Amino acid sequence: MQLDSILFYLFAVQILFSALMTITRRNVVYSAVWLISTLVGVAGIYLLQGAEFLAGVQIILYIGGITVLFLFVIMLVPVSEESKQRRFSSQLWIVLIVAVLLTGELGYFLWQGADSFQMGEPTPPAEIGTVTTNSEQIGQVLFSEYLLPFELASILLLVAMIGAVVMAKARPGAE
Amino acid sequence: MPRGYIPILIFLVLAFAFPVVTILVAKLVRPSAPGKTKLEAYECGIPSDADTRGRYSIRFYLVAILFVVFDVETIFLIPWAIQYNVLGLFGLIEMLVFLAILIVGYIWIFRQGALKWV
Amino acid sequence: MEEILDNPYLQPIIATLLIVAVFPLVAGYMVLAERKVLADLQVRLGPMRVGPYGFLQPLADAFKLMLKEDIIPAASDKWIFWGAPVLSTFTALTAFAVIPFSDKFYVADVNIGILFILAMSSLGILGLILGGWSSNSKYSLLGALRSAAQMVSYEVPLGFTTVTALMVAETLSMQGIVQSQLDKGVWIAFSNYGLMLVPAVVFIIAAVAETNRAPFDLPEAESEIVAGFHTEYSGFRWALFFLAEYASIFVICGIAVTVFFGGWLRPFANVGFLETPLNVAFPILLFVVIGAGCALGAVRVTLAYEKAIMGVLALAMFLVAGLFAIPMINELIIGFFWFLFKVLIFIYVFIWVRGTFPRFRYDQLMQVGWKYLIPISMGGLIVNGIVLLFTS
Repeated sequence: MQLDSILFYLFAVQILFSALMTITRRNVVYSAVWLISTLVGVAGIYLLQGAEFLAGVQIILYIGGITVLFLFVIMLVPVSEESKQRRFSSQLWIVLIVAVLLTGELGYFLWQGADSFQMGEPTPPAEIGTVTTNSEQIGQVLFSEYLLPFELASILLLVAMIGAVVMAKARPGAE
Repeated sequence: MPRGYIPILIFLVLAFAFPVVTILVAKLVRPSAPGKTKLEAYECGIPSDADTRGRYSIRFYLVAILFVVFDVETIFLIPWAIQYNVLGLFGLIEMLVFLAILIVGYIWIFRQGALKWV
Repeated sequence: MEEILDNPYLQPIIATLLIVAVFPLVAGYMVLAERKVLADLQVRLGPMRVGPYGFLQPLADAFKLMLKEDIIPAASDKWIFWGAPVLSTFTALTAFAVIPFSDKFYVADVNIGILFILAMSSLGILGLILGGWSSNSKYSLLGALRSAAQMVSYEVPLGFTTVTALMVAETLSMQGIVQSQLDKGVWIAFSNYGLMLVPAVVFIIAAVAETNRAPFDLPEAESEIVAGFHTEYSGFRWALFFLAEYASIFVICGIAVTVFFGGWLRPFANVGFLETPLNVAFPILLFVVIGAGCALGAVRVTLAYEKAIMGVLALAMFLVAGLFAIPMINELIIGFFWFLFKVLIFIYVFIWVRGTFPRFRYDQLMQVGWKYLIPISMGGLIVNGIVLLFTS
């Protein structure tokens, strides 16, 4: 559909531009704001692909959770000192050369293999049984096929919880 | 794009335009007479000597990271909840195992006193 | 003409325009209602000067805020200072897009409705943090940190209780949630042998805290940090923050009504013989009583223009009562009536709570969230899950 492609390019430009701004801003809060814009763009792309649940989760977790965490951390440190630091290290030239090489390599192989790309219409999410909506499919798959990763996720969360508390705990010797 | 999101897109545009337009329109009628004292930060009147953006309590960080953990947990619960009857007893047991691991963590941080503010 | 009427986007666009245009006025009258109810709770009269019984106060306030000077502190970060209130208003208004006002009046009914609202409310926190940070004032930054920490803390029990309700509804679509309550013939809050009342009550407590309202209004504790995150804001930008706050109150009451209390369904939606008394007699009686009150007010006030306003109001109320008597129109507006009626009850409860309870201390506030509401909501989820499974 026409509208879908227009929206895709809008989101793509938004993601790339915002990502570029994120890494080039001197002020970390500006970086965070541009990061939000990047993540919103990604949510938009998910939505275009029909992954509604993922789009919602992207906004709730990445923007409402992780970016808020970033902003909290930014507020814990004085910004003025940060912005006086040198941002780019002296390895700029090496990085540039490697980046150009990698881009060239990737571009070459993409160009060589261009025939094998199948750019079909985005297929609507497959219907599993009677379930149709995206979130319900995720429920079905997550609790049957991906049972072990799901349970392991809770261990990961447990580690994150304990790690945060241990790190934040005042040590007897410090200040 | 899945059906039903076009109206939301229209709504987003209008909801964004509303505050921007009202701020700009209000600019036409409101007075503007900034002065040096007027533009100072709202504090005691003496110019503040320290930067506002200093160091704050680590507890804010702790609250934020615990929130992220619990938020992820809630998100995992949602697909289970809307498939509740389909998944049945097996799903419930899976979820109880998932929650049990996290409740252990919760009890641990509770005992550690990490939830105490002062 | 036919083509325009058949356009599937016509109804959403009209709904969108109505919401964006009318809500600022509604917010103004929410403020007036709040002042009036608080005054009543404290045996005062409240605003009485502008218009009859202070009826025109919101308009006067709006004009005043328009004409106020807009101060941008010299030390502030201009761009973010500009953007924060826009972001706040934007996210607060956007949540309206999926609220089911009635079976016919809504902007969009998407498959992830409730998730969309949760996403927007978590975005709202950003406007507040950025506003507080950009002001470069100690009160603002401290207020922003406080309110953000509070909001994220209470979002956890809010999420758990919502999930508990979703177990019964088994859908994320807002209309779907209402429909499931119609099918089951019982509001979710009263289902599962009354066990769902626990998450419903926890949800309401968390909702009060999530919207930074008294007794959880620490971010705006005047005696400690002036006005919290919007200390440096003035004029219309401040008004936008205020608008966002009232919009989020309306939205969260709307979620509570939709998810737990039947949305646009009337009480006992499946009991046939209550159809006429509840859907026809009740609204007519309600509006006739309100109209009679306005008429009485028209007799009491002395100034001619005040008499005119009250008279027109009384007439309008009688007219609305008349509309409910016409079956065809009744069918169109009855869902909307019940939804608004329930939301207004919740807003009244919010104000009532504000007028009754003293403010918490900050450590108490965090304890209520993390040590009581989270375990209770988690326990409620597990118990409800087990009971629901073994009874179905």
